[in-house]
Amino acid sequence: MASKVIHALYTDDDLLLQAVRQVKEARYHIGEIYTPFPVHGLDKAMGLEPTRLAITSFIYGVIGFCVAVVMMNYMMIEDWPMDIGGKPSFSFIQNMPSFVPIMFELTVFFAAHLMVITFYLRSKLWPFKLAENPDIRTTDDHFLMEVEVANHNTDDLTKFLYDTGASEIKLIDNK
Amino acid sequence: MYTLSNKLKLFSIILMVVGLIGVAVGFILAPANIQEVEEMVANQEAHGESHALPGETKTENDGEDANGLEVVPSEHEIHTERVDDERAVLGADVNGDEAEAHDNEHIEHLFHQLQNKPWAALYVAAFFFFMIPLGVLVFYAIQYAAQAGWSPVLFRVMEGITGYLLPGGIIIFILLVLSSLHLNHLFIWMDPEVVEHDPIIQNKTSFLNVPFFLIRAAIYIGGWALFRHFLVKNSHSLDEAEPNDLFYFKKNFKLAAGFLVFFIVTESMMSWDWIMSLDPHWFSTLFGWYVFASMFVSGITMIALVTIYLKSRGYLLFVNNSHIHDLAKFMFGISIFWTYLWFSQFMLIWYSNIPEEVTYFVTRIEDYGILFFGMVVLNFLFPVLLLMNSDFKRVNWFVVMTGIVILFGHYIDIYVMVMPATVGESWFIGIPEISSLLFFAGLFIFVIFSSMTKVPLLVKRNPYLKESEHFHY
Repeated sequence: MASKVIHALYTDDDLLLQAVRQVKEARYHIGEIYTPFPVHGLDKAMGLEPTRLAITSFIYGVIGFCVAVVMMNYMMIEDWPMDIGGKPSFSFIQNMPSFVPIMFELTVFFAAHLMVITFYLRSKLWPFKLAENPDIRTTDDHFLMEVEVANHNTDDLTKFLYDTGASEIKLIDNK
Repeated sequence: MYTLSNKLKLFSIILMVVGLIGVAVGFILAPANIQEVEEMVANQEAHGESHALPGETKTENDGEDANGLEVVPSEHEIHTERVDDERAVLGADVNGDEAEAHDNEHIEHLFHQLQNKPWAALYVAAFFFFMIPLGVLVFYAIQYAAQAGWSPVLFRVMEGITGYLLPGGIIIFILLVLSSLHLNHLFIWMDPEVVEHDPIIQNKTSFLNVPFFLIRAAIYIGGWALFRHFLVKNSHSLDEAEPNDLFYFKKNFKLAAGFLVFFIVTESMMSWDWIMSLDPHWFSTLFGWYVFASMFVSGITMIALVTIYLKSRGYLLFVNNSHIHDLAKFMFGISIFWTYLWFSQFMLIWYSNIPEEVTYFVTRIEDYGILFFGMVVLNFLFPVLLLMNSDFKRVNWFVVMTGIVILFGHYIDIYVMVMPATVGESWFIGIPEISSLLFFAGLFIFVIFSSMTKVPLLVKRNPYLKESEHFHY
C-alpha cells in the first residue's frame, strides 16, 4: 500500500505549536511529531488522549506497599521474630513504625521502576533498539511534523505548511 | 481596588464578639479555688460518671495484651506505660493510707490544669492564627528570592494576609508577658518554686529565664514585622516606579533572601521558646522544622482559600485555575513534608525508647490518642487522597474542602503540642477552645481583608507580571 507523508521541519517550538493548531484546524492528519525535547502543551494541541501512566504508577505503588508489608511481616515477625528496641515480638502492629521507612521505599521503588518499564513496553522500546527518527536534526535543534497526504493535493498541502512557518518540506513516498 | 464588604465586616465582628464572650465565660467558669474542684469531683463521683482517667483505660489495654495477642514477654521489654505510682498521682486507684495525701495532690493538680485551660485555649488559637501570616510571609519571600514567574498575580493576596503578622505577634507577646507575670502557669519553668526542685530546668536557666525569654520574643516578632514592613513597602514603591526600573525589585530580592536566613534561625528558636519549653525536660532537634512545616502548609492553604474567596466575589480575574493548581500542589507537597517530619520525630523517639524523651509521646498517645492520630489522618491522608489527582487540584471546591480539613488538622496539631504540658489529661474541646478560635478567626479575617483594601489587587511593574498572567499548566 502506498502512503505518502510530508515531513515539515520547524526551528522553534512556539512556531511548531502554532503550526500544529493550524494543521488541526485545516483538518489535515498529523501522523507523528519528532522533537529534541518535550514541548509543553504539544499533546493537548495534537489532541492526544491523556496518559494513563499515572494510574499504572498508583497501582504499582499499592503493590509495592503490600509487598513491603508481607515481606516485613514474614521476615521480622513470623520467620525469625526480632526484638526491635524491646518492643513486644510476634506482633506486626506493635512494631509497625519501624517498618514504615521500608514500606515507603518499596512503594516508591515499585512505582518508579515498574512505571518506567511500562513506559518502555508501551512505546515499544528496548535496549539496543535502533532509532526511528526520520531526520537526525530532530535530536539537535529541529522539530519535525509528519503530515499524511492521503487524498489531499500535495501542492496545496506543501504551500499550506510553508505558510505555517515550516523551514523545509520533504515529500516521502513509502512504496 | 478591593473594598471590604459590609457582610464580611459584620461576619468578622460577630465572630469576634461571640468569641470574646466565650473566652470570658471560659475564664469565669474556670475554678477559682481548690474547694470548687473538690466539689466538682465529688459531684462527678456522685453521679456515677466515670471521669475517664488514663489509669482505668490502661487496665483494659493490659488485659487485651495478655489474652488477645499471644505475647511472649521479651527479656528486654521496657515499660513505657504509666507505673502504679504515677497512676495514683493521677487519682485512678486510690487506696491504702496514702490515699488521702494522693487525693489532695491529685485535686491540686486538677485545679492547676483547669485554671490553665482557658489560658492554654487562648494561647493555642493565638499561636495558630499568628503562624499563618508568618508562613505566608515565608512563601512570599521565597517567591522573591527564587524570582518565581508564576506567582506575582498573587502577591497582593499574600501581602494582605501578612498584615495580621504584627497584630497577631503583639497578642502573642502580651500573652507571654502575662505568663511571665504568673497570671497563669503555662510555662512551669517560670515558676521559681518548680525550678528550685528541678535540676534539669536549673541547668537550662541561663537560656530559659524570663527577661531573656521576653527579649528573644521581642526580637523575633519585631524582626519579622520589620522585614514584612519593608518588603511590602518596596512592593508598593515598585508600583509607582518607571517602566523597566527594577531598583525596588532588586531591593526586595535581597531583602527576601535576608529574611529567609533570619527567619529560619529565629523560627527554630521561637519554636523552642514558645512551644517546646512548655515541656522543659523534653527536647527534639527537629522541632523547629516540624513547627515550620505546620505553619508553611497552613499559610499556603490560607493563600489558596483567600484567593478562591476573592475570585468568587468577582476580584482577581487575572488569576486562572493554573495558579490554584500550583497552590494546591504546594498544599499537597508540604502536607507530605509535614508528615515526614512528624513521623521522623515520632519514630526515632519511639524506637530508642529513652525515658526522658519518650514520655512526651506517652502522654500524647495515652491521653490524646484520638487527636494525636486523628490529626495525621486530617493532615496526611485527606490531602493525599483528595489532591492526588491532577484535575482535582484545579477544582475550587475540592481545594476549599481540603484546605478547611488541613487548617483544622493543623489547629489540632498545635493543640496537641501545647495542651498535654499545660492541662494534661483534663482536656476537652469546649467553650474556651472554640470561642478562642472564633475570636482570632474574626480578628484575622477583619485584619487581612482590611489590609487588602489599601492598594490595588494586582502588582505593577513586576518584571515577571506578564509571565504570571499568562501562566498556564
